[in-house]
Amino acid sequence: MSEGKLDTTFRLGTRGDDVYAALIAAHDGLSDDESTRLNARLVLMLANQIGDAQIVIEAIDRARAIGPSGPQAEH
Amino acid sequence: MRYQHQRFPFVRPPDLDGRGVRVPVLIVGAGPVGLALAIDLALHGVKSVLVDDGDSVSVGSRAICWSKRTLEIFDRLGVADRMVEKGVTWKVGRLFHRDKEVYNFDLLPEPGHKHPAFINLQQYYVEEYLIDRARDFPELIDLRFKSKFVGLTRRADGVTAEIETPAGRYKLDTDWLVACDGVRSTVRALLDLDFVGRTFEERFLITDIEMKAGFPSERWFWFEPPFHVGQSALLHKQPDDIYRIDLQLSPEADPDIERRPESVRPRIAAMVGDRPFEIDWISVYTFQCRRLERFVHGRVVFAGDSAHIVSPFGARGGNGGIQDVDNLAWKLAAVLDGRAPERLIATYDEERIRGADENILNSARSTSFMTPKSSMERIFREEALAMAATEPFARRLVNSGRLSLPCSLDGLSLQSDDDGFEGGLAPGNPCVDAPIVDPLGNRAWLLDEILGDFLVLSFGHPVDVPDGVAQLTVVAGPADCADGHTRVQDVDGLTARRYGGIPGSAYLIRPDQHVAARFAKPTAGKIGAAMERALGKEAA
Ligand SMILES: Cc1cc2nc3c(=O)[nH]c(=O)nc-3n(C[C@H](O)[C@H](O)[C@H](O)COP(=O)(O)OP(=O)(O)OC[C@H]3O[C@@H](n4cnc5c(N)ncnc54)[C@H](O)[C@@H]3O)c2cc1C
Repeated sequence: MSEGKLDTTFRLGTRGDDVYAALIAAHDGLSDDESTRLNARLVLMLANQIGDAQIVIEAIDRARAIGPSGPQAEH
Repeated sequence: MRYQHQRFPFVRPPDLDGRGVRVPVLIVGAGPVGLALAIDLALHGVKSVLVDDGDSVSVGSRAICWSKRTLEIFDRLGVADRMVEKGVTWKVGRLFHRDKEVYNFDLLPEPGHKHPAFINLQQYYVEEYLIDRARDFPELIDLRFKSKFVGLTRRADGVTAEIETPAGRYKLDTDWLVACDGVRSTVRALLDLDFVGRTFEERFLITDIEMKAGFPSERWFWFEPPFHVGQSALLHKQPDDIYRIDLQLSPEADPDIERRPESVRPRIAAMVGDRPFEIDWISVYTFQCRRLERFVHGRVVFAGDSAHIVSPFGARGGNGGIQDVDNLAWKLAAVLDGRAPERLIATYDEERIRGADENILNSARSTSFMTPKSSMERIFREEALAMAATEPFARRLVNSGRLSLPCSLDGLSLQSDDDGFEGGLAPGNPCVDAPIVDPLGNRAWLLDEILGDFLVLSFGHPVDVPDGVAQLTVVAGPADCADGHTRVQDVDGLTARRYGGIPGSAYLIRPDQHVAARFAKPTAGKIGAAMERALGKEAA
């Protein structure tokens, strides 16, 4: 069962820039539709990897709250 | 070979000649739910009158997939053997995307259960067998065809119903009225009650065809099949060389055109190729996932489709209704014979609304997956399907229906807390079956021994139980009952394992084969208190 508690501190050690660059590079040459699909696959794969449904749901809520379409972020 | 519908005659009831008597329970509607309820009540010794406006069983096959839990309930009612014998047993589902199989699942991977995960059997057979069984109780079940419920007056202690027949109208007084009159419930309309929930725009074309084809006994589901571009399709095998084919229609499709045989024929031909087939039944089904806000309204109780309705994927309509009956019958019986306060009926609301909500949630999610509304919903679905071919995790996200499972009543007011018990079945769960050897040395099934009233299921040795409460003890060695205690022998330790039953521990089982309480260190006092609670005597 899931315990939750999304951790939004930085967790990628020395490789944050590598991950960011890999993400951008993955979209090279893709149309917007292809990019959207790539992102969808990634989101599903990473959600599965996290394995804790509660954390995934907290991440969804958090990401939605920060975005322009969501309610104002609380800070 | 097509089903031959038998017509049941109208029999003039004594009520038309002023000789009617007040009945404990009036059941409106002799579909699977009403019939099962009459039988379950009869098994508890409760009389009922069952009225139905028709004079035969269901015209179409309608509900065809009956789940393991439903078969266990039907077994309690005495009709499961016939159903399993006639039905098509299956447990494997296959999922196709376009022309490729992407996933298959086995719904009962574990041996040691009497009943299969599912059988497919047309609703008309189920109703026929239930009617035959109801006839075993001529003193307790008064089954009246061509008798339409048309009106009611409610009082605090009962209902007066008005029944219309070919020979005129009569009034019938009853302590309880149970509305099993289906999705277009007259009772619901007369009480001016509404369904809450969601209706989907999509429709499914549901057909039965008769065809000789060696398809295996499996559930096959296609997303975007080549033969029905962009939509979904489902194939199920039924007895008598009948196949159920469900084809999704777009929201723009005109149901009146779609249900014409000349529209259906080419759609089926595209699917089955050049095999000859006959169309047996056609229906266009709109998806709804809705329910009444409450199922209990004073002395009027709703069960089955009159109370809740779900889209068909997951087979939760018919099965959910049978589980309503399982929950309601013993409670009505206990209240009617004064062993429980009327408040017990309120727990039917609590427990079956949980079940209905679980069914609605699962069915609505499956339906959404099949009918994506936004472009993003479509993209997620398409990518999940695309990944399913190679990535195991994605297969579990693809949703072609989550097939009916019993819901847990854990944490609801009739169940007692755990008493330091570890493993096994938490209170609120339905009992799990296992093979046993009965006192005569015959191989048998545990659930066949858990019948009738409340029962204490103990492990290793008999425990102290309150006076008059039945007890069944599961032992590892031969079942010696010389001391007057009923024992059964475990087979391969399966019962002990499935129940986490260490010697000296015990469960209190409700008449509907659900766990009311369990005890690591049982005493007659603790069992008695749990039983009071399970009878609704203790306020939650
Ligand atoms: C076209 C169609 C396809 C379906 N396909 C599936 C499926 O694939 N899988 C699945 O699980 N479920 C399916 N269902 C749903 C399933 O049939 C129901 O969940 C199930 O029949 C519910 O049983 P019930 O006894 O509550 O109601 P019903 O079977 O509808 O029985 C109600 C009975 O009450 C009688 N009645 C109604 N009004 C009155 C009145 N005023 N007085 C007296 N009698 C009355 C009716 O004649 C009927 O006999 C389908 C339903 C339909 C209509």
